[in-house]
Amino acid sequence: MNEHVTAISKRRDETLGDALSRQGISRRAFLKYSAYLASIMALPPSAAKVMAEGLAKARRQAVIWLSFQECTGCTESLTRSFSPSLEDLIFDFISLDYHHTLQAASGEAAEAARRQSMEENKGKYIVIVDGSVPMADGGIYSMIAGQTNIDILAETVENAAAVIAVGTCAAFGGLPFANPNPTGAVPVSDLVKNKPVINIPGCPPIPEAMAGTIAHFLAFGKIPELDDLGRPRSFFGETIHDRCYRRPFYDRGMFAKSFDDEGAREGWCLYEVGCKGPVTYNACATLKWNGGVSFPIQSGHGCLGCSEPNFWDRGSFYKPLSASTAAPGKTIAAAAAAGAALGAGAAMLARSRRNAHLKKD
Amino acid sequence: MDLLDFARGPAIEFSLAVFVLGTIWRLAAVLLLPRRGDLSKAREGAPSRVSGAMGTVFRRMWPNKAFIHRTIFTTLNSYVFHLGLAIVVFGFVPHIQFIHGLFGVSWPGLPTNFIYGVGVITLVSLFAALARRLFHPVGRLLSGVSDYISWFMTAAPVLTGLLATSHLGARYETLLAIHILSVAAFFIWFPFGKLMHAFLFVFSRGATGARFSHRGVNV
Repeated sequence: MNEHVTAISKRRDETLGDALSRQGISRRAFLKYSAYLASIMALPPSAAKVMAEGLAKARRQAVIWLSFQECTGCTESLTRSFSPSLEDLIFDFISLDYHHTLQAASGEAAEAARRQSMEENKGKYIVIVDGSVPMADGGIYSMIAGQTNIDILAETVENAAAVIAVGTCAAFGGLPFANPNPTGAVPVSDLVKNKPVINIPGCPPIPEAMAGTIAHFLAFGKIPELDDLGRPRSFFGETIHDRCYRRPFYDRGMFAKSFDDEGAREGWCLYEVGCKGPVTYNACATLKWNGGVSFPIQSGHGCLGCSEPNFWDRGSFYKPLSASTAAPGKTIAAAAAAGAALGAGAAMLARSRRNAHLKKD
Repeated sequence: MDLLDFARGPAIEFSLAVFVLGTIWRLAAVLLLPRRGDLSKAREGAPSRVSGAMGTVFRRMWPNKAFIHRTIFTTLNSYVFHLGLAIVVFGFVPHIQFIHGLFGVSWPGLPTNFIYGVGVITLVSLFAALARRLFHPVGRLLSGVSDYISWFMTAAPVLTGLLATSHLGARYETLLAIHILSVAAFFIWFPFGKLMHAFLFVFSRGATGARFSHRGVNV
C-alpha cells in the first residue's frame, strides 16, 4: 500500500517531460505535437518551441470536473479519442481528481476526493464544468450528494485558478436554457464573476479545443486570448462557412435543395437546407472529428450552430439563415385588412367632401 | 435575443405588417377616389381608354426624343439602378429563400459573385443619382427631405448587403442583422414616401394615358 502511495506521489511530482520519457515518447515527437498545438491555436512558429519547453517543465495539473445539467456528451467527446495519441498523454498528465463518469470512487469518497484536491491545490487547480446550473426553486432540479449545483460550483471555484466551461450548456446554457427553460438554467459565467472563465462551447466541443486550451494554460501559465463570448480565438475565431470546403459552391450559387437531391450528392452548399455555418464560430471545418475524418457538413447535414448562444431557439434548423424566423401570415392578413379599411375610409371621406361641395354649388 | 434574432423575427414581421398596411391603405385611398366621368365624345380614331392607358405606361419608359439629350443621364442611370436592384433582390439565393419563407414560391438564383458585381454597380449608380440631385440646380430645387430619406432607405440595404457578403467592418452576424434591419426600415418607409411609385406609376401613367387618348393625343 505504501509503495502504491509513493508511486502516485512520485507521478504527481514528475514533469510532463519525465512522463513522456517514461512512456517512450521521443523529444522529436513531442516537439511535433507542440508545433501542431501551436499551429491549431494560430500561435507563431516560434511559440512551438516555447510551448514545448513550458509543457516539458509543467507538473501534473489538478483538475476538478463538475457535471451539472448535461448529457455526458461532452465527456464522451473528450475521452473517446480516435486512437491513443499525445492528447491522451496530456490528459494522463492531468490529475483528474473528480469526475462523476470517470472516477472510480463514489458517494462520500468521491466528495472527499474533491475537497482533498481543493485543499491540496488551493489557488492552483482548474475547475472544468459541463452542464448548465439550474437556479429555479433554489436549484433543486440538479443535486449531487445532497448539495445543489449552485452550492457545489460556488464552493469549488472559490480557490480555483481558472474555470473552463465545456460544452454549450456550461458556456451559454445550452438545451436546458432553451425556451421555456423550466429549471431556470444559467451558464457558468453568470455565476462565476471573480475567476477567469473560458468558454469552450459545442454540442459537444472539439477535443483539440479542450486539449489546446489546457496545454496553453500549462505551457504559458495564463489563459489564451478570448473573444467577446469568452471563447479561445484560436478555435473560435472564424466561421465554419469561411473555412467550409463547400464554400466555392455558395459563391457559384449552387445549392442543395434537399438532403438527397443531386446537389447534395455533388457536395453543393447546404445554405438552402438551413446550414448555420455563416454565423457559427468554431473549428469543425478545419480540425473535424474522429481523428480528422469528417464533420457534420461533410457528412451531408447543415451546421446547427451549436457553439453559439441560444442555438436551440433561433428558429428551425432547416430554415435558411436569410428567411424570417417569424410566421407573419396572420399579422400580414390583419395588416392588409386594416390597410383596406383605412383606404376605403379615406376614399369615403373624400367622396362625402366632394358631395358636400357639389351641394353647395 | 441578440440583434440577428431580433432582425430575423420581430423586426421583419413588424416592418412587413407596416408595408402591407401602408401600401394597401394608399392604393385603396387612391383607387377608390371619386372620379368625374368624361362625358365628351371620343376623338375620331382614338384608341380605347384601356389601350391608351397601357400605351402610355410603356411609352413613358423612354423619354420623348425632344427631351432625350437633356434627360439621357437620368434615364440611363435610373435604368442601371432599377435593373440592378431587381437582379440583386430577385436573383440572390438568400433573398429568394426569404421570399420563399413568406410566400412559398422560389426560382433558380444567380451566382453570388455575379450578384456582388451587380450590387457594386447598383450602389455606384445610386450615388450618381444622389450627386445629380445634389449638384444639378433644378434637381436640388425639386428635392425635399422625403426624397433624400427615400434615397437612403434604398441605398442602405445595398450597402449593408455588400458589406455582409464581403464580411467588411464587423462580424458577419452583426452585418447580416444590420442588413435585415435596413430592409425592415425600407419596408416601413416604402408606403409613406416616393418609393410608393413602384406601385403608383402604373395608375398615374395609365390615368394620364386614358384621358389624353380619349382626346386623340399620344403622350
